[in-house]
Amino acid sequence: MGFEGIGASVRRKEDLRFLSGRGNYTDDINRPGQVYAFIKRSDRPHATINRIDTTEAAAAPGVVAVFTGPDMAADGIGGLPCGWQIHNKDGSPMAEPPHPVIATGKVRHVGDPVAVVIAETKQQAKDAAELLVIDYTDLPSMAETTDAIAPGAPEVHDGVAGNICYDWHIGDQAVVDAVFAKADHVVKLDLVNNRLIPNAMEPRVALGDFDTSSGDFTLYTTSQNPHVIRLLMGAFVLHIPENKLRVVAPDVGGGFGSKIYHYAEEAIVTWAAGKLRRPVKWTAERSESFMSDAHGRDHVSTAELALDKDGIFLGLRILTVANMGAYLSTFAPCVPTYLYATLLAGVYKTPVIYCNVKAVFTNTVPVDAYRGAGRPEASFLLERLVDVAAHDTGLDRLELRRKNFIPADAFPYQTPVALQYDSGDYQTTLRVALANADWDGFEARRTEAKSRGKLRGIGISTYLEACGIAPSAVVGSLGARAGLYEVAEIRVHPTGSVTVFTGTHSHGQGHETTLAQLVVDQLGVPLSQVDVVHGDTAKIPFGMGTYGSRSLAVGGSAMVKAMDKIITKGKKIAAHLMEAAVEDIEFADNKFTVAGTDKSKTLTDISLAAYVPHNYPIEELEPGLDETAFYDPKNFTFPGGCHVAEVEIDPETGVVAVVNFVAVDDVGRVVNPMIVEGQVQGGVAQGIGQALLESAVYDKSGQLLSGSYMDYTMPRADNLPNFQVSTENTMCTHNPLGSKGCGEVGAIGSPPAVINAVVDALKDYGVRHLDMPATAPKLWSIMQGAH
Amino acid sequence: MPQVSLTVNGKKHTVQVEARTLLVELLREKLGLTGTHVGCDTSQCGACVVHVDGISAKSCTMLALQAEGTDVTTIEGLAAADGTLHPMQEMFREHHALQCGFCTPGMVMSAIDLVNSHPDGMTEKEIREGLEGNLCRCTGYHNIVKAIAAAHPLMHANAAE
Repeated sequence: MGFEGIGASVRRKEDLRFLSGRGNYTDDINRPGQVYAFIKRSDRPHATINRIDTTEAAAAPGVVAVFTGPDMAADGIGGLPCGWQIHNKDGSPMAEPPHPVIATGKVRHVGDPVAVVIAETKQQAKDAAELLVIDYTDLPSMAETTDAIAPGAPEVHDGVAGNICYDWHIGDQAVVDAVFAKADHVVKLDLVNNRLIPNAMEPRVALGDFDTSSGDFTLYTTSQNPHVIRLLMGAFVLHIPENKLRVVAPDVGGGFGSKIYHYAEEAIVTWAAGKLRRPVKWTAERSESFMSDAHGRDHVSTAELALDKDGIFLGLRILTVANMGAYLSTFAPCVPTYLYATLLAGVYKTPVIYCNVKAVFTNTVPVDAYRGAGRPEASFLLERLVDVAAHDTGLDRLELRRKNFIPADAFPYQTPVALQYDSGDYQTTLRVALANADWDGFEARRTEAKSRGKLRGIGISTYLEACGIAPSAVVGSLGARAGLYEVAEIRVHPTGSVTVFTGTHSHGQGHETTLAQLVVDQLGVPLSQVDVVHGDTAKIPFGMGTYGSRSLAVGGSAMVKAMDKIITKGKKIAAHLMEAAVEDIEFADNKFTVAGTDKSKTLTDISLAAYVPHNYPIEELEPGLDETAFYDPKNFTFPGGCHVAEVEIDPETGVVAVVNFVAVDDVGRVVNPMIVEGQVQGGVAQGIGQALLESAVYDKSGQLLSGSYMDYTMPRADNLPNFQVSTENTMCTHNPLGSKGCGEVGAIGSPPAVINAVVDALKDYGVRHLDMPATAPKLWSIMQGAH
Repeated sequence: MPQVSLTVNGKKHTVQVEARTLLVELLREKLGLTGTHVGCDTSQCGACVVHVDGISAKSCTMLALQAEGTDVTTIEGLAAADGTLHPMQEMFREHHALQCGFCTPGMVMSAIDLVNSHPDGMTEKEIREGLEGNLCRCTGYHNIVKAIAAAHPLMHANAAE
């Protein structure tokens, strides 16, 4: 056994089952007597439902039941809840229109559930759904973010005037306006952050089960946070007490945010299982994923930066319109506000910032957090704006960044947009990234590429994000309807092996390995004797799940606290067994030792004594060695760093090749470097996807045009380069591990680096800015137009 | 209902299926081999790749009845009887070429066929282009490419023995 603790790139414990086809994903689970649900979805963006005739469908072979919206309403089932309330500028609460589980009265986006057909087989349910007769009257509709607030725009919800969900702001507009009025330079940029479709490779699945003997419900679902689903669905939708509802999220095939939310299908199958007294399973087809999984991004912004004559940033003024889609998804309102506008200081000393965000409803799929969530929108805006400022003022883009960085000795650093950064060193990540990318040698490479007829460009982004969410009281004051602590139970078994029960959820992150390494480090138990359990509300204490790169910073910190309790109790048992004072007991390397002596007991000696308490301080101490700790973070964590992209454009075709990509990130303490590198690589791939390939495309009315892998361009192996990924870490100062989080940095830092490189490659064509994705037709047209 | 006879991972099966049943549905639902996954409905993602008579095939794009008389290998059939992993499985583990694991079975099956069909070695570009039919959303492919490159000499050394 080699070194397995913090810092070791140990190979993953979960891999053997995934590599041999023995994973246990939700669709792999089947229950006796199971029937299958098919969801009939709206094929139109906005319409009144006049009538649904279910007669023929209900009589089709194998059909067990057909349900529509009014059937759920008759059972007192309400709508899907929203977990975050934003307040308008004037202090009034945001518009929060109802979100029926199955559309009732109207449909508001393509993909809105209209009916559910349940049959003995999946094929029978699907065939019968073809027999539903739905009489619609089409209503005026729109999909584009800015169309929602155009005069005369159709209203998505009755009573939501002008489609405005909220009109929110942060900062003092008068102060910022005054700074702009006196500035030497004002740089203005209009930009779009393109709508994305998350596309975890595993489509969503929900299987509802009802135990007729106990009256207990079980929902197996593709979720990143089973307790959150149990709370939202049990308390707010189906009114099932939590002791009668178990939610299991087994192996989950990727999430990227899209599996955080409570979705209609989860409520449908659980409710139907109770009504039918049979298990009901729904498995999304990919085309359904495109029109029912929450989408991401979709901002339209105007950004202005004020600078003095030397290029020092004086102020930032932003107006953003953010598309919420047709309904509010679970955490949608916080994404363009507290996960976006509070990040607009970035790595810079900008003293004053004002940001106004209008969130709007459109006839599109709801939009919510997707890998990075708000922070990629902030970093893209800032890092494009800084490059445009360099372009417009003639200052060097690196120098402009360097002179505006928050210095390494300025921490803790209070930004003008609420956050207080605890640590960072932006000059170092920049310096190392430039060296790794051979920035200085670039012009020679550009010349060489030109000799081959290629346009080569290099781009940089120096970004920051906030994750490790989040201090519960802080987010509560900002409108969260949940706490965001995490929990861990550490169970030391009688013979010294350990099971960790964590409230976080692994859907690709490798927690079964990383979290086990924390036990190796703190308790000295070999990795092979540590197991991590997650994803089942019947097994784990009430935890908040995995998103916002929080699992290690928050969930890992809860483990450290629980293991501290194990050690504290173990010392008392050891003191008793070795007839020493508790204060004299030291714990290290799996052993309790009487200080200054060679007397010691192993953790196994202690756990055995704890569970077989024959010789035990039973008057003062309970038996057993099993401790739970909840950890509520004191602050967010602030990973950051520098990404450098180098691209070559083929002027004949407009195709962009990313020929080199360097990421130097500061993620705090690294537990498993191999896994961290993998997380960054995957995030960068999604960021390059956003920058060059991916976009959710609607027509003006709200028909989804990019509704399959034939139309939505997912990054494939030959679209991507090898990545040079490394870290230059400063420690988080407020959690016991020093870890900041690494899950989202790749997707946050990379899109502006890529677009900055593309713009650089096209500098001879007079290109100042390009919106994403920088597709071949777009670039080809630019180059043709310039000829 | 028609029936189909085929060999899967060395075991003979005769199964009655609806004519429209896909090979992947036969594997997952009739034979309980849930290692083969379905990630899309347009034959794009490759999560369902198995070997049919030694050649990679998207089992979501093939009717079960088309597999009559064939020899099918799924991810469950790759490791040796004693549990020893196939070199491709081993290299995926060694190079951290999987995260959520959902695309992994199809990716491994495709990768094996790719290496088998390039006995004289492969460039990185050839590996990347050879993965055109498989999507992974987690890894960015970097480590998958490394794993395949590392498995190539091991597989061809084994074949030469």
